[in-house]
Amino acid sequence: MIHRDDVVIKFAGDSGDGMQLTGTLFSDAAAIAGKDLATFPDYPAEIRAPHNTIAGVSGFQVHIGHKKIHTTGDLCDVIVAMNPASLRANLKWAKKGAIIIVDRDAFDEKAIEKAGYKSNPLEDGSLGIFHLIDVPIATLTKESIIELGLGAKVADKSRNMFALGMMLYIFNIGFESTYAFLEQKFTAKPEIIKANKMVLQAGYTYAETLEVVESKIDVPAAELPKGRYRNITGNVATSWGFLAAAERSGRPLFLGSYPITPATEILMDLAKHKYLGARVFQAEDEIAGICSTIGASYAGSLAITTTSGPGLSLKSEAMGLAVMAELPMVIVDVQRGGPSTGLPTKSEQSDLLQALYGRNGECPMIVVAASGSANCFYYAYISAKLALEHMTPVVLLTDGNLGNGSQLFKIPKVSDLPEINPPIAEPNTPYKPYERNPVTLARKWAIPGTEGLRHRIGGLEKENIHGNVTTDPLNHELMVKLRQEKVDKVADFIPEQSITGDKTGDLLVVSWGSTEGSMLTAVQEMQKEGVKISHAHFHYIMPLPKNTADVFKGFKKIVVCEQNMGQFAGYLRMKHPQFAYLLFNKVQCLPFMVHELKEKFTQILEEK
Amino acid sequence: MKIENTTVKRSDIPLSKEDFVSDQMVKWCPGCGAHAILAAVANVFPKIGYRKENFMFVSGIGCSSRFPYYVNTYGFHGIHGRAMPIASGIKIANPHLSVWVATGDGDSMAIGGNHFIHTIRRNIDINVLLFNNEIYGLTKGQYSPTTPMGAKTKTSPYGTIEHPFNPGELVLGAQGTFFARAVDNNLKLMSEVMFEAARHDGTSIIEIMQNCIIFNDKAFEHIAAKDLRDETQIFLKNGEPLIFGKNRDKGIRLNGLKLEVVQLGENGVTEDDLIVHDQYERDPTLHLMLAKMRPPLYPVAMGVIRSAVFSTYDDLVVEQNEQARAESPIKNVDDLLNSGDTWEI
Repeated sequence: MIHRDDVVIKFAGDSGDGMQLTGTLFSDAAAIAGKDLATFPDYPAEIRAPHNTIAGVSGFQVHIGHKKIHTTGDLCDVIVAMNPASLRANLKWAKKGAIIIVDRDAFDEKAIEKAGYKSNPLEDGSLGIFHLIDVPIATLTKESIIELGLGAKVADKSRNMFALGMMLYIFNIGFESTYAFLEQKFTAKPEIIKANKMVLQAGYTYAETLEVVESKIDVPAAELPKGRYRNITGNVATSWGFLAAAERSGRPLFLGSYPITPATEILMDLAKHKYLGARVFQAEDEIAGICSTIGASYAGSLAITTTSGPGLSLKSEAMGLAVMAELPMVIVDVQRGGPSTGLPTKSEQSDLLQALYGRNGECPMIVVAASGSANCFYYAYISAKLALEHMTPVVLLTDGNLGNGSQLFKIPKVSDLPEINPPIAEPNTPYKPYERNPVTLARKWAIPGTEGLRHRIGGLEKENIHGNVTTDPLNHELMVKLRQEKVDKVADFIPEQSITGDKTGDLLVVSWGSTEGSMLTAVQEMQKEGVKISHAHFHYIMPLPKNTADVFKGFKKIVVCEQNMGQFAGYLRMKHPQFAYLLFNKVQCLPFMVHELKEKFTQILEEK
Repeated sequence: MKIENTTVKRSDIPLSKEDFVSDQMVKWCPGCGAHAILAAVANVFPKIGYRKENFMFVSGIGCSSRFPYYVNTYGFHGIHGRAMPIASGIKIANPHLSVWVATGDGDSMAIGGNHFIHTIRRNIDINVLLFNNEIYGLTKGQYSPTTPMGAKTKTSPYGTIEHPFNPGELVLGAQGTFFARAVDNNLKLMSEVMFEAARHDGTSIIEIMQNCIIFNDKAFEHIAAKDLRDETQIFLKNGEPLIFGKNRDKGIRLNGLKLEVVQLGENGVTEDDLIVHDQYERDPTLHLMLAKMRPPLYPVAMGVIRSAVFSTYDDLVVEQNEQARAESPIKNVDDLLNSGDTWEI
């Protein structure tokens, strides 16, 4: 048995090969075996792209570790490739000496040609620098369940279980969670449960008997804080964060949303939880999604709408209405590659300026960004809290990597989460719709049906305090300033910006959103090498934490790293123009790699 | 007939018109048909009998959409075309409200067309006052989706070249369960159909043929003029034969697949030959034929054309929530967080 601190594994195959499921099952099994992990699914926009083509390759990367796992991993230690296209598409991510497991049966002449290979890579020596494990998976799968007489289709669909069985052997992980999944998934089809278990076992036994690896690889259980854990994707964590906020605030949860990749899972997940009282409305379009949310918010709900970039564009006008009406709601943008339809299944951070400014008029909103799949729970919760207590819409930015990726999640107790106290107006009290709390500047929420609070609001400019429609020039200026000041004052209610590392140094790495893990890993590795480098990762973007300038001033250089052309850097230049900001941008819809960050930081430090 | 809807709380005390008068100055043009619609609402709301705090008015943009400011209920003035989804969100979030929408032909059938048909399809229990003046008034006189073909307006100086919508046809095509029509000069009928709309569980659309005195004056004169209306309008009453005319001597019968206006007493035609109006019939075929009637061949059908009983979205959403709650072992978010695969470290 070899011990390893961490291992990066990629499952890849044709989009119908079930690699997302295989990856998920492996991750769950690894998680239950006590390893920390982060996952990164990478799949095509097409449900079934042409068979055996590069366009149809679906991948699932998982990074497991004995130490804290911050990223989904740069290069892979193991690649499982179920066909030639998936091998060709993923080989560039393989470390030298990586284990490559392939299904030899899928490497027929036609498939090899379709993948763009001139010759069979299993035979032409091109894989010499890797540890190739070349297995006739399709044949072995068929043979392993021949006695059940279920036909070729079942065998073909179970190939992924053979590969999973081999992987579980190699990493010395048990079957229990996979068995439990199969039993639940195929309750009505006992023969399918049996077949899958037999194939899984066959894969395991094959790997053991043929000694496909010199020794098993053991990643010891991680040293995580004590507690109860689960594996969770960012989209599910977002959904659950809102359920928790609804329970804690006592406000019923409403979601008005329209399906859009990669945000749809939040809608699907909340639709499952009707038993917790969630009212889930699948609207006819993005605009109806947010407008129903505005209605539900007026009616007293914790109201949420979820979308991705193109949907956020469609919602812009209604977001302005929400700002004007000063109603609480959270707009979740699970960002993807843009502009336009862009790269629906790929991740990017390019909606930041749209979230901050993409509306007519002076239209400020709180903008918050989650940074890990698991902390989507917390930032969804906090977004709801800020919206409800400050009576304003909040944009929560996540992205495709966070939403689809997963991490271990330490299960909190709802009663340990911060209290949420929306400013609800009491019945039969004098009520002026735009009278404000002097500390937060939040107006009161008069919920329809309450006696003595009938009032009318909307998208026209309002007279301060009374809320009557007016075009008075000075009143308009006052209201514009009040709406901005209300959002600015949120800075008094959010944590100060933290720094990983010393408060002074040669270089401060600034980032936001899903890039936190790679930044942190790169910075910590360089710190160990003695470099005077620190990291500030922002979760609160509008408003920025109050101490932002204090954090920046301790460093000789500041580099802002983003998966866009420099939107956060531009925003920082506007808010804190006294500093010089260097940029490191990657707009490939791929996460930053730790090694490329380190190279860049080193280069910046060397420049005079 | 009484309102039987039990989801909205009823008022313990009798209410009057004054309970719904807002403190805002009404800023519609003098002579605008919208004034009469406001009067009808003030007239009928106390009769509906809900607590005044349980009424909710929602609107989009346009002359019609200033309505919420002029009636003392909870009110929300939205953005162009979006009154229906705003109202849907309100009703789904709080089914105990009696939700009303004031909208126009442009607001509901042009920019808000998608929301209009989908709200109707879902049969969410909201009541929609559709001010149809066949013109864009607030932007000063451009043609709308209901402007008759050929009409010269600011944006169709040579006449429109678009086929207009007949709102009734659109509503029934979208599986509408309630459609009624009235002219703005008939306060009594407007009040009656509003009351019926409140009684109906589901999306109720009331088309009000409304005169825009500035940009489309007398657009409905050929139908609405008081001296013509006995011949140009037929007032539908549930369970009664379709009779109209000053001397109540004309009727409508079915001839093959078409409606036909007949003279009672001529060619042996009697009341027994006429269609008897059944507003509750679930099959919309005849309702559609009635909704489409237009001069010169037919009188325009007024009153409740359709009021059919189908399940409503807002009832079903509550039912699903309650059923799911009863069946699930997960009772709170802590249960949820600890459900499925979890492990202790």
